[in-house]
Amino acid sequence: MKGITAIFSQRNGDFSLDVPLALPGRGVTAIYGPSGSGKTTLLRCIAGLERTKGGYLSVNGEVWQDDRAGLFVPVHQRPLGYVFQEASLFAHLDVQGNLDYGLKRVPADKRRVPLDQAIELLGIGQLLKRRSNTLSGGERQRVAIARALATSPSLLLMDEPLASLDVQRKAEILPYLERLHDELDMPVLYVSHSPDEVARLADHLVLLDKGKLLAAGPARELMTRMDLPMAHGDSAAAIIDATVSGLEPHYHLSHADFAGGRISLLNPKLQVGQRVRVRIQARDVSLTLARHEGSSVLNVFAAVVSGLSPDNPGQVMVSLDAGGSTLLARVTQKSADALALAPGKAVFAQVKGVAVLG
Amino acid sequence: MDQASLQAIWLTVRLATTTTLVLLLLGTPLAWWLSRTRSWVKGPVSAVVALPLILPPVVLGFYLLVLMGPQGPVGQLTQSLGWGLLPFSFAGLVIGSVLYSMPFVVQPLQNAFEAIGERPLEVAATLRASPLDTFMTVVFPLARPAYLTAAVMGFAHTVGEFGIVLMLGGNIPGKTRVMSVQIYDHVEALEYTQAHWLAGGLMLFSFVVLLALYMLQPTGRRRGSLRGEA
Repeated sequence: MKGITAIFSQRNGDFSLDVPLALPGRGVTAIYGPSGSGKTTLLRCIAGLERTKGGYLSVNGEVWQDDRAGLFVPVHQRPLGYVFQEASLFAHLDVQGNLDYGLKRVPADKRRVPLDQAIELLGIGQLLKRRSNTLSGGERQRVAIARALATSPSLLLMDEPLASLDVQRKAEILPYLERLHDELDMPVLYVSHSPDEVARLADHLVLLDKGKLLAAGPARELMTRMDLPMAHGDSAAAIIDATVSGLEPHYHLSHADFAGGRISLLNPKLQVGQRVRVRIQARDVSLTLARHEGSSVLNVFAAVVSGLSPDNPGQVMVSLDAGGSTLLARVTQKSADALALAPGKAVFAQVKGVAVLG
Repeated sequence: MDQASLQAIWLTVRLATTTTLVLLLLGTPLAWWLSRTRSWVKGPVSAVVALPLILPPVVLGFYLLVLMGPQGPVGQLTQSLGWGLLPFSFAGLVIGSVLYSMPFVVQPLQNAFEAIGERPLEVAATLRASPLDTFMTVVFPLARPAYLTAAVMGFAHTVGEFGIVLMLGGNIPGKTRVMSVQIYDHVEALEYTQAHWLAGGLMLFSFVVLLALYMLQPTGRRRGSLRGEA
């Protein structure tokens, strides 16, 4: 049976974790929520680092914990990989020693990720002889990820692997994580409180708040659902899958088709036929009732208002149906009133900025 | 050097070596437990382990003598097992020394285990290492400096004991007459030259041991902090 079933219920002082979860057994599932929402606790319960009473956990058909049957597989017997928030490399070993540590404890017939591939994937070939205390934070985290990968886990757990890094280091690692997602068929649970990381990496989403499950499902859907927190605030955004259909090299532009029309991307490196993931932030979308002529905005889509919800004081989040794709637009309350926005109203969405997420 | 002094030195080395080995074997699980437990028993156990730091050795020796003597519970047990009595024997001295030098071994180990923290153990577990495997391949290498300190301090402290030996072992040449007791004998007999040989030797030994510890340890720590390893 494919998939991950996790049922944990724990009361720990004034904190409680109460999640019945059924997750797909493939792709990246982001566990998202504000700090203190129980994300890390959930991940630690799944790893077996935290023991709950009355828990149940099965991963792609293997039962790792079933307290009713008195079953609890100890952490070291679970075929998982875990990347901690801080890299936590072994200080007494060099990089090679760290990578070998897990690898040599996995029987040869269970090794599916060659060490060379993990080293190449994370770009750490130059570091093998270095001691962990001579590495930068970003390098350490990449070694930690490769170390976990080298054990060929059937489930990779990552606890905010980028949280302790500055913006530059984050940007350095994210592409590696995206490659991981594209090149390895390994289910990943990724704890994060960064909407940006979720937008870039997640196929599925688990939303937690105060230890309770708010929602779980496909990331694109949940990110634009007006009743959920990710569709609110400055970082609210819609993710769109599109296929590159044309190039305008002299303008450094590519055009890509999606359900709601054709979108222009300022990115000359794309190729026709390539599938791209595009993020459109709600604050970059404005609404008009008529298609404006003589505008500098290239991306304008016909859409129908599907929902409205108050956001920051004086602002309204509007969800739009553009030929089946959902977009978000954040406008002022005054504009919403002036345009008489209401569900079913036909509008034009002007998109001032789009980002290609690889 | 006279025969009696050489005999005392050899006995002392044997006693200190045996004691140190026993202490490292017993002290490791004890220090590990102390560094991990949240039980209320931790306080009392820590206090008992630390007792020899402030208790006069004579007091410790006295109670051990009573316990292991013919009327004491331990003495009756060893007799019923056919082992005879422990006081005034090498085995008795080892037991006394182990208790007497316990804090010098347990405390550095406990501090090191606490400093290592939970994270490396969790990392090792997620990399498929069993708890024992983790201890041998992660905890022990990380705590190696503490093991050096513990071994040296345990050895040196045992070499320097006097009161407990006198109470528990008496003064039997080749069996319980260790260096410190031999020095006392020499002085009693006004043999100051022989006393100087042993006393000066002990001074030098203690100084070299402590010097080696101080030279070895802080540099390692400084190097670590300079490179910014958390």
